[in-house]
Amino acid sequence: MNAPQPSPFKSSSYKSDIKPVWCPGCGDFHVLMSVTKALAELGRAPEDVAVISGIGCSSRIPAYTNCYGFHGVHGRSLALAAGLKVARPDLNVMVMSGDGDGFSIGGNHFLHACRRNIDMTYIVMDNRVYGMTKGQPSPTTEPDWDSALSPGGTGLSPFHPLVIALASGANFVARTFSGSIKESTNVIVEAVRHPGFSFVEILSPCVTFRPDEREWKNTVHTAAVETTSDPARAARRIMTDDGFNTGILYRGDRKPYDTHVSDTPGDVSILDQEFKIG
Amino acid sequence: MSQKTGALESISLAIVGSGGAGAITAGAIILEAAAKSGWYGIMTRSVGPQIRGGEAAALVRLASRPVNCMSEHFDLLVAIDWNNAERFAAEMPLANHGVVFCDSAGGDIPDAIAHSGVSVSKVAMKDLATEITGGRENMIAVGIVAGIIGLSIDEIMDIVATKLSEKGSEAIEAGRQCIQAGIAQLEQYTDILKLKPSKQKDSERWLITGNEAVGFGAVRGGVRFAAAYPITPATEVLEWLASGLARVGGALVQAEDELSSVNMAIGASYGGRASITATSGPGLSLMIEALGLAASAEVPIVVVDVMRGGPSTGIPTKSEQSDLNIAVYGCHGDAPHLVIAPLSVSDCLFSAQWAVYLAEAMQAPAIILSDQSLGQARVIIDQPADVTFLARRKIYEGADDEAYNRYALTADGVSPMAIPGTPGGQYTADGLTHSVRGTPSSKNSDHQDQHDKRNNKIANFDYGDHWADVEGEGEITILVWGSIAGPAREAIRTLAGEGIKVKLVAMRLIAPFLKEKFLSALNGSTRILIIEQTHSGQFHKYLRAQCDLPGNIRHFHRPGPHSIGPEEICDQIRDWKKS
Repeated sequence: MNAPQPSPFKSSSYKSDIKPVWCPGCGDFHVLMSVTKALAELGRAPEDVAVISGIGCSSRIPAYTNCYGFHGVHGRSLALAAGLKVARPDLNVMVMSGDGDGFSIGGNHFLHACRRNIDMTYIVMDNRVYGMTKGQPSPTTEPDWDSALSPGGTGLSPFHPLVIALASGANFVARTFSGSIKESTNVIVEAVRHPGFSFVEILSPCVTFRPDEREWKNTVHTAAVETTSDPARAARRIMTDDGFNTGILYRGDRKPYDTHVSDTPGDVSILDQEFKIG
Repeated sequence: MSQKTGALESISLAIVGSGGAGAITAGAIILEAAAKSGWYGIMTRSVGPQIRGGEAAALVRLASRPVNCMSEHFDLLVAIDWNNAERFAAEMPLANHGVVFCDSAGGDIPDAIAHSGVSVSKVAMKDLATEITGGRENMIAVGIVAGIIGLSIDEIMDIVATKLSEKGSEAIEAGRQCIQAGIAQLEQYTDILKLKPSKQKDSERWLITGNEAVGFGAVRGGVRFAAAYPITPATEVLEWLASGLARVGGALVQAEDELSSVNMAIGASYGGRASITATSGPGLSLMIEALGLAASAEVPIVVVDVMRGGPSTGIPTKSEQSDLNIAVYGCHGDAPHLVIAPLSVSDCLFSAQWAVYLAEAMQAPAIILSDQSLGQARVIIDQPADVTFLARRKIYEGADDEAYNRYALTADGVSPMAIPGTPGGQYTADGLTHSVRGTPSSKNSDHQDQHDKRNNKIANFDYGDHWADVEGEGEITILVWGSIAGPAREAIRTLAGEGIKVKLVAMRLIAPFLKEKFLSALNGSTRILIIEQTHSGQFHKYLRAQCDLPGNIRHFHRPGPHSIGPEEICDQIRDWKKS
C-alpha cells in the first residue's frame, strides 16, 4: 500500500479574492478559515468541490471560496445540494448554512437530508440570531432573549439540532466552536471523509447582535467522552449536555444513498417499445 | 329498440361502476383491443374523490381516424351498477341513437337516463359473472361492448391474457368465458353500432398517455435527472420518468416537497445534467421562488405543470387552463422564462423535447403547461416523428488564459456555462444581482446589463415555426392554446362539412409572446373566436396585454370541470355566422 500523498493544495488555494460582507469579529471568518484548511488537508482540487448555501450572513460563504458555489434561495440549500450530488457523485459537496436558514425556513429539508443520507457535509454556523435582518430570534435562540420582534423573548424552547439530526438518521454528528480552528478543521476533515450525510454545528458568535456570545470562547469545552456509534447513547449525551460540548459526538454506519446515475449514454431509442402497438 | 345507425366514423362509450368494479380496466381492454384492430381512439377516466370505493367511469372514444378529444354525446353506456352514477350523468349525455346496458340488479336507473328516451336493456351481469368460476362483471361488460361495436374476441383475449398473466391461466379462462357470456347477450342487438373499418392496421401506431409522452419527450430532449413530489394529475409523469431514466443511466429522486424538488432540479442542472420536475398548480405555486432563482442564476430547468381545476386544491382530477397567469407572471421581479403548452397528447412528446432544447439553449427555466385532459388521456396515435434538435447547452471548456466570467455579456445573451469539475471555471451561481463574474452587486450598470442579457437571449431566439400550429384558411379564425386545440380541430372539421371555412391558430409558445408572428398568422382574419378553459379569461387578457387584436373578437370561456367540446365550439361559430 502506498503512503498517502501530501496534499498539493494550501488553504489559500480555496480562498477567493472577494471581501466578505461579515462584521469585524464575526465567527464566520474563522469558519471560512477552518473550511479552507480542511479542504487543503483533504486535497481535492478546488474545481471538484461545490459549496452550496441558502440566504443569510453565513450563506455568503461560497463566493469567498475558490470552489464552485451556489448561493440559492432561503432555506433550500440542502435540496439543491442533493440534486447536485445525485447528478454528480464525483464532486465533494459541502452545504453551508445558518440557524435561521437551516433550522427555520429549511427545517423540513434538514430532517429529510438526514434521512436520505446522501454523501455530503452540512455545516451550520449557529449564532442563535438572524443577523442579516438585524437581530431577530432564530429557532436556537434562548426563550428570554429580548428583541424588537419578540419583546421580552419568544418564550419558546430552543430547537436542538444535534438530537434532531440523530433522530432523523444523520450518519455523522459533531459540534465545534468557530474560534477553535484546529478542532473545527479536524472535525470538518472527518465529516467529509465519513460516508453519508455528515452534520457539523459550528457555534459561531454574532458579535453585533449577540455581543454576549463573545463569552462562548470561555464556555465551550471538548467533550470528555469517546465518539460513539450507538445513536441512543449519543442522543442521551447530547440531550443532557450543556450545549457547549464540542467534538465528534456520533459516527454511524448507515449505507449512503445510492445515486444510480451513470455516465454511459443509455439507448433512448429503445424506450418507445412500450408504446408501440404490436 | 334502437334503430340501426349504419357504420359510424366514431363511437363514444362509457363503462361505469363503483370503484373496484373494474370499469376502468374494462375500458382499457376495449381501447387496447381497438388499437390492435387498427382503430384510433382516446380514453379518459372520471373518478370520484374517494381513493377506493367511489364511482368510476371509463370514457372511450374509438374512431377510424385520429381523434384528440372526447365527443359530447355517448353512443353506448354500460353500467355495471348505478351507485352514485347520477354524479356522472351530466358528463355523459347520450346521443339520440344511444344504447344503454345495465345490470338487472344494479339499482335504480338515474332519472336523466331513464327519461332521455334512449334504449335501455337490462342484462344480469353480476349473476352471469357469479355462474363462472372466478368470473367478474366487468368482463361481461367488455363482452357487451365488443359485441356491439364489432371487436373480435381474439383481439380482446390477446389483451386480457397479457393483463391477467400474473393471475394465472384460470383467471384468463374466466375472463374468456365472461366475455363470451357478454357477447351472447347481444345476438338480438348486433350491428346497432358499428365502427367503420380502419385501414391503418399496418401502420406504426402508439398507445400512450399525455403524461407518459411528456416524460418520454423530456428524456429524448436529453433530460437525465428528475426530482419528484407526487401530485394529481401529474404523478404519472414522474412515475414514467422513474423507470425511463433508470433505463438510460439517469436518476430520479423523490423529494420531501415541491420546494425541494424544484431546487433539486436546479442543483442537478448546475452540475451539468438536463433536469426536470413535474407538478400541478399547488406545487407550481411552491416552486415559483426557485423559478426566479433559475432565471437569475441562468440555470436551465424544465417544470411540467399538469393543470387541474383551481384555485387552491380545486378539483384535482379535472382539467382547466387557469395556471396561465402564474406560469407567465408568477415570479417576483422581472424573470424572463419560457412557457410552452402542448396541443395534443401526441404533441406532449414534441413540446417536452422542444422545452428541454429551449431551456438548455437559453440557460433559462421553461414551464410546460399540460393539463389533466392531456396528461391522463390514453390515446392511440400515429407514431410521432423522432425530432432532433442539435444545439446543446453552451459550455465553458476551460483553459482560457483570461479570467472566466460566467455572466459575460454576449451578442445573443447566452454565455458559456462552466460545469463543476472544470478547472478555471469556478464561479458562484447567485440569485443576488451580480456582475459578469457572478459577484454580488447592487450597481446600477450590473443590474441593467444582466436584465438586458436575460431578456435578450429569450426575446431574440429563433423559435422557427413551432410557436403555433396554424392551419386552414378563412376569414373566421379560432384562436386557442394548449389542449383546447383538440376540440377546436374537431369543430373545424365538422364546420368544413357544413361549408364553413375556419382557420385555426393554436399557440404552443405562450411566453415569450412573438408579436410579429402572431399578427402575421391572424392577417386576413376578420372574426376571431378566442376559446379557453378559465373562469376569468386569462388567455384573452394576456393577448390584449401583448398587442392590439385585429378584427372582431369573440371570447368563449368557462372553468372546468366539464371540458369544452367540439359541438359547442361549432355552435359558437354557427351563431356568429348568423349575425
